[in-house]
Amino acid sequence: MTLAATPTQVPVQVDNDKCIAEKGCTVCVDVCPLDVLAIDMLTRKAFMKFDECWYCLPCETDCPTGAVSVSIPYLLR
Amino acid sequence: MKRIDLEFDLVVIGGGTGGPMAAVKAKEKNPKLRVLLIDKANVKRSGAISMGMDGLNNAVIPGHATPEQYVKEITIANDGIVDQEAVMAYAANSFDMINELDRWGVKFEKDETGDYAVRKVHHLGSYVLPMPEGHHMKKILYRQLKKARVEVTNRVVVTRVLTGANGEVAAVMGFDCRTADIYVIRTRAAVISTGAAGRIGLPASGYLMGTYENPTNCGDGHAMAYHAGASLANLECFQINPLIKDYNGPACAYVTGPFGGFTANSKGERFIECDYWSGQMMMEFHNELEGGNGPVFLKLDHLAEETIQEIETILHTNERPSRGRFHEKRGNDYRSQMVEMHISEIGFCSGHSASGIHINARGETSVPGLYAAGDCASVPHNYMLGAFVYGRICGENAAEYCAERPLVDYDAGAAAAEEARILAPLGRTDGLTPFQIEYKTRRLVNDYLQPPKITRKYEIALRRFDEIREDTACMMAGNPHELMRAMEAHSIIDCAEMAARASLFRTESRWGLYHYYVDHPERDDDNWFCHTLLSKGADGRMTLAKKAIEPYVVPIDEEERTAYQRLRVARSAEAA
Repeated sequence: MTLAATPTQVPVQVDNDKCIAEKGCTVCVDVCPLDVLAIDMLTRKAFMKFDECWYCLPCETDCPTGAVSVSIPYLLR
Repeated sequence: MKRIDLEFDLVVIGGGTGGPMAAVKAKEKNPKLRVLLIDKANVKRSGAISMGMDGLNNAVIPGHATPEQYVKEITIANDGIVDQEAVMAYAANSFDMINELDRWGVKFEKDETGDYAVRKVHHLGSYVLPMPEGHHMKKILYRQLKKARVEVTNRVVVTRVLTGANGEVAAVMGFDCRTADIYVIRTRAAVISTGAAGRIGLPASGYLMGTYENPTNCGDGHAMAYHAGASLANLECFQINPLIKDYNGPACAYVTGPFGGFTANSKGERFIECDYWSGQMMMEFHNELEGGNGPVFLKLDHLAEETIQEIETILHTNERPSRGRFHEKRGNDYRSQMVEMHISEIGFCSGHSASGIHINARGETSVPGLYAAGDCASVPHNYMLGAFVYGRICGENAAEYCAERPLVDYDAGAAAAEEARILAPLGRTDGLTPFQIEYKTRRLVNDYLQPPKITRKYEIALRRFDEIREDTACMMAGNPHELMRAMEAHSIIDCAEMAARASLFRTESRWGLYHYYVDHPERDDDNWFCHTLLSKGADGRMTLAKKAIEPYVVPIDEEERTAYQRLRVARSAEAA
C-alpha cells in the first residue's frame, strides 16, 4: 500500500444525544446530494464520512430532531 | 456486486429541475408509459435547486414582456449566436409553465391586484419574478412525481447511453454508488437532464466541492452524450460567474438589483450599467478586477434597514441558505460594508451562458431517441424556468417518440466494455485516488484554460490532459462511493478536453470574457457568425464543425445588436 490517511476537520457535526439513527432514521443520509453522510455501525449514529460538503443544508433542515449542524468548510470560511 | 437488468419505455437521467418535469409530462402525455427517473443523489434534494430558488430570472409574462422581446434580448446578450426557434419555444411556453407551477403551489410574488410582480434586471426588458418562498420547490416537484406515478431510482450513477445498430438509444448503463451493482436499463428513449458541468475548474479556495454549481453536476451528461455520438454546441462559450469571494455562491445582483443594490468597484462606484450575467458583463468585471480598481463588491450598505431585512430574508432562506452563516463568520453585514466578490472558475452551463448538448426546439439531440433539457442542453440563458419548459418539451416529445418505436438491442460489446470500465478502479488495491486525478485536472484547467485564452497554453493543457488520461489506468476506488468520484473524474477530463478543443477551434473572440481569445482578439462575423459543434469522430477523437445560424424568426436591427456591448457606465454618468 502506498496510501496515506490524512485527517481533516469536517463541516457537518452530528449531536449524538439528539440523533435517532439507531431507531432507523436515515433522513440526513438520504437527502445529501453528495452522499457524504453515513451511519456508524458501532455508535449507530450519523456522521460525515467523506469531506465533500457543498454546505447546501438539506441534512440540517430535514433532520427531524435538530441533531445536524453544518458550518462552512474551513478552507473557504 | 451484481448486475441488474431492467426495461422501461423512457429513462430520464437526472432528477433536479428539468428531469422531474420531463418524467411527469411524459406520463401525462401517455399514462401507460413505463417512465423511470434516475438520479445519483436523491430526487427529494437533488440538483441545482436542492434548497429551492429565489425567483424566476427569465419570466415572459404578458403585460411585462412578449416572447419576441425576450428572443431579441437573448439573441443580443448572446452576440447573435442562437437558434432563435429554440429560444422562442421556451419564450412562448414560459407563461403557461408559470401558471402551471402556480397551480402546483409555487408561490410567486404578486402585487396588490394579484398580478405577478415582475422586476427589471436585464439590459432591455423586464423578466425577473421573485419567489420569496421558493424553498418549497423540490417538495412540490416530488408531489407531482408521486401523483403521476413516475418510478424513481436514487443513488444510481448513469455513465453511458448505449445505442443500437442504427445509432439510436437502446439502453442506459450505470452503477449504484453504495453497492456498485451494475445497472443495464433497456429503453426506447432517454432524456439527459444532468445539469451544468460545474466541476471542470477549481474554486480559488482550493476546496474541491466549493463550486457554484451543485458539485453532483460535474458534466456526466455532457460526457455520456458525447460518447453516445451526440453533438455538443458552442462549448467555447464558458460559464464564468461573478460570485461572493470564497463562498462561491451567487452575490445575487438579480435579487438585490431591483432593491437598489449593485456591483461596485473598490471605490464603491458603479461600473456596469446592468448586472445581468453576460459575457460582456463578465469582461467588465474582469477588467475592473485586473485594472487596479478591484476588488469588486456587492454594494447594499446605502439601503434602508427594512430593505436590507427583506433582502436577507430572501437570500438567506433560498437556493444557498448557508450564505448567512458565511457572512456572519466573516463579520460581513450588508448594512455596514460591501461584500467582496470574485470571478469564478470556468464551467459549461446553458442556464446562464450558452453551451451544452446540442438540441433543437423539440429537445432532440443528434442521436435518435435522445433528448436533453436544462443546464446541460444548448438553449442559451435558460435558467430554472427554461429547464422546466424544456423538461416538458422533451418529456412530451419523447413520449410520442417511444409510442412508435420498438425496444432495440444494444451493442453487447459496448455494454461489456462499459461494465469493465466501471468496475476497474474497484479491482485495484493501490494506485492514484479519484481525488488526486480530479484535483490535478481541475488545477490544470485553472492554469491553462481560464480566459484570457492563449493558444500556447491550451496546447500545453491538452498534452497534460492526455497524461492524466493515461494515469486513470491506475485510478483506484476503495468503495462504491469513491467509485462514483472515479467515474466523475473521467467525465471531468472529457469536459476539460472539450472546453480546450472547442476554444481552439473558434479563432475569434466572442461573448466577452467567455471566449476572449488573445491570439484572435477581434470578433469575426464574416467567418464565425455560426455555431460550433463538437462530436466524436470516426477515429474516436473529438472533432469540430461549423453550423450555420438558423434563420432568425425575430429580426434584430443594427442599433439593438450592440446593446450588450455598451455595458460600461459612460464617463459623463460616472461624473454625475
